Amino acid sequence: MIPIAELPGWAAFLVALLVLAGAALTLTGATGLLRLRTFYERVHAPTLGTTLGATLILAGSMLCFTVLQSRPVVHEVLILLFVSLTTPVTLMLLVRAALSRDIQEGRVSPPQPDKDRSS
Amino acid sequence: MIRLLKWSLMPAFLMAIWLLLNQSLAPGQIVLGAVLGGFGTWVLTALDPPAGKLPRPLAAMRLFLLVVADIVRSNILVARIIWRDSPGRRPGFVRIPLELRSPYGLAALACIITATPGTIWVDFDSESRVLTIHVLSLVEERIWIDTIKGRYERHLREILE
Repeated sequence: MIPIAELPGWAAFLVALLVLAGAALTLTGATGLLRLRTFYERVHAPTLGTTLGATLILAGSMLCFTVLQSRPVVHEVLILLFVSLTTPVTLMLLVRAALSRDIQEGRVSPPQPDKDRSS
Repeated sequence: MIRLLKWSLMPAFLMAIWLLLNQSLAPGQIVLGAVLGGFGTWVLTALDPPAGKLPRPLAAMRLFLLVVADIVRSNILVARIIWRDSPGRRPGFVRIPLELRSPYGLAALACIITATPGTIWVDFDSESRVLTIHVLSLVEERIWIDTIKGRYERHLREILE
């Protein structure tokens, strides 16, 4: 392993910028999970971390190790690929579970098909 | 030729993942990756995936860039809502009639809608072919319907149908 101190200044600056921006977005998403009021609003918030947040942090990681090892290091894109393919499934399951329970308990009326448009 | 291409696409994709994972182009890894790719594809056929057409690569690339731009934009919009919520914002369900039929297209649409912050795929009624999504900021139903149908559905149909 090559020590991180060998990272040239410009790269260190860029990596720090990317990682901080990604972390800030992920934190924003986590905050949204707390601040928003209803369940359906809350599920939207964490997607900030799984999309742009993760992308920025992984881009920082790619840049850091590409510069340190003087060869392209790109296997981080796999993390992005798997995260963006799997998180929608969990989110959809959560929303559908919440909705079917809310409909059952009469808290939310089931979304009605509006006749004028769906035909 | 087309058939051959179709059948070698999945093994090639799995092999690419394997090589990327190991960060190596050594002959041994390529052989191992090819074997794993073939095995993975064989396992996949046991799931009996529905038949689909080969996507058009250029159109798919265009859709990908469009989705990336939309994801970046909605990240900013949702971040703004989280830190400084406007009192007029109201969330809600939107129902959208779809003409897209390809199961792969629908799966891709589900991933696109849910991965974009601010919108989540809730339900798709395969009989009436109406999709229900939940949006964080429902300005006007019409705008959302136009976005999903005009942008994503049109592109997906172009790519797959």
